[in-house]
Amino acid sequence: MKTDGEVWVYIQRQGQEIAEASLEIFSKGKDLAKQLAVPVAAVVLGDEVQQVAETMSRYGAHKVYLLQAPQFEQYTTLPQARAITRLVKQYQPAIFLLAATPQGRDLAPRLASALGVGLTADCTDLRIGTYADPKTKQKHANLLLQIRPAWGGNLIATIVNPETRPQMATVREGIMRLPEQQNSGTAEIITIQSGVSSEDLLPRIIGQRITERRVNLKQAKIIVSGGAGVGTKEKFHLIHQLARVLGAEVGATRAAVDAGFIDHDHQVGQTGTTVRPKLYIACGISGTIQHLAGMEESGKILAINTDAEAPIFSVAHYGIVGDLQDVIPALIRLYKAQRP
Amino acid sequence: MSYRIIVLAKQVPDTKAISSKAMNPDGTLNRSALPAIFNPEDLHALEAGLQLRERYGGIVTVITMGPPSAAEVLRESLYRGADEVILLTDRYFAGSDTLATSYILSRAISKTGHYDIILCGRQAIDGNTAQVGPQVAEKLGLPQITSVEEIVQIDSVKISAWKMVERGKELLEVPLPAVLTVVDTAGKPRPPSAKKIMRFKKAQAPGEATPEEAQALKDRGLLIREWNAEQIGADLSRCGVQGSPTKVQKIKKVVLKAKDIKQYAATDESLSQLLQELIQEHTFD
Repeated sequence: MKTDGEVWVYIQRQGQEIAEASLEIFSKGKDLAKQLAVPVAAVVLGDEVQQVAETMSRYGAHKVYLLQAPQFEQYTTLPQARAITRLVKQYQPAIFLLAATPQGRDLAPRLASALGVGLTADCTDLRIGTYADPKTKQKHANLLLQIRPAWGGNLIATIVNPETRPQMATVREGIMRLPEQQNSGTAEIITIQSGVSSEDLLPRIIGQRITERRVNLKQAKIIVSGGAGVGTKEKFHLIHQLARVLGAEVGATRAAVDAGFIDHDHQVGQTGTTVRPKLYIACGISGTIQHLAGMEESGKILAINTDAEAPIFSVAHYGIVGDLQDVIPALIRLYKAQRP
Repeated sequence: MSYRIIVLAKQVPDTKAISSKAMNPDGTLNRSALPAIFNPEDLHALEAGLQLRERYGGIVTVITMGPPSAAEVLRESLYRGADEVILLTDRYFAGSDTLATSYILSRAISKTGHYDIILCGRQAIDGNTAQVGPQVAEKLGLPQITSVEEIVQIDSVKISAWKMVERGKELLEVPLPAVLTVVDTAGKPRPPSAKKIMRFKKAQAPGEATPEEAQALKDRGLLIREWNAEQIGADLSRCGVQGSPTKVQKIKKVVLKAKDIKQYAATDESLSQLLQELIQEHTFD
């Protein structure tokens, strides 16, 4: 089997703007390629997206596979899936990574199914390592170790695809660091002529409702988050008040969202946003493993809970056992006094 | 016009029920504390299928793959109004990853003959991969709409639906037959009907009953249809462990370690100390 194949990263974009999630994975892909001493390549599809290819060159791509056609400008499943399947068959990369965004999760399984290869969803880490087949005792070196939470986050599984290529994975947003852009790049840009056939199966986009995201949890330096323990929607105002005073974003657990205290855009955790603020204030949050998975890498965690045994305290740096109704107003008052 | 609607459902451990009570003292999961349930988003897929049948006419067939005990989700489907249910069970199916699972499901779907719409939940709560729907679509050569929030309409040749995308929603239209994966905002699942529970609670798959019981159930129309690898014409090398390119190298339990936590009392003096410390560390800058 070919072992010197390239590391590919699919670049998700909107117009000329590259999705941050794709850049994060690209920086990981670059590290993996370096370890394997193979080129890292960006796969870019769109109508007129030469500029995106050049940007990826400045981010350090050795190669950019550029597929341009009007049908690629707006993402739809089948035209892109078919073109990329052909591309993979032709160039046989060793590793192919995509963002675990709604788009990446629409596209990646389609590709894996067409190529008959393994795919690991929603990885939180990727490494290069060795796998010994327990039956054949055969050792596979330089494999992609795909690390992801399983069982609702209670287990961390390391998955490998010893036999099939490319080794495919989608990677969760907000976990890897962004790469640095250089003033110039040296990527070889490979323009692929890719006619889109069977137009009849083209899904047509017949409407769009774009809701501007009002909540920017990923960029927030401080997040004040509330859980089911807040109690009611009315009491959830305390969370908003503290956030306003601290200049913080408001986060929430799935339980708080399900209870209708706040909408889903605010949800932190495995099915919400993964965050890494300087300070995460967890109010009335017991700390389910799903929630912890989304915030435990925060710089500092302050937990406020009436239950001293709540699992949230096991990841917290600071703990206050007490009632939010007393603690939050006191914090607001004291903060205002100390930081006029 | 009458539509053949296929719903793919999975039985899963209720990972959402994990609370501090389902955790062992060492921070690991107490699996026995988790009941097996109908995967929540698949229940929304069933609801979407039943609503389509009510609006346009048709037949709703629910298919699940799993051990004989997975017939429970099929009974639950019957309680809610499914017309037909099929259990895919075979020891050769065990250990299937999403690629092998989608192969087995696509073989079974092909065996049903005619179909217009295939519905399933976007993802199952045990794995959260969201892969099986698109992988089935690819195996059957069908278009897909993933993360559907609302099915708008169907006519004899096409279906349109609002899907969730990064920046909002998109209304997509694809030709039929098509695969749609739905999210949990797509229609609240109806509760089981008491009448149907009475009628179907004794329904069983052959694997759950003795041969004599199975015969008796069959006579009463309560034997759940069961297909094995041979019956769906599956290539065994593409099923189960053998047909699964992904291998688990290692499993690690998530153990929550207690950090050096600083406890502050809920008094003004103590809270002021905490704020001072955070300010000195430039946390608020």
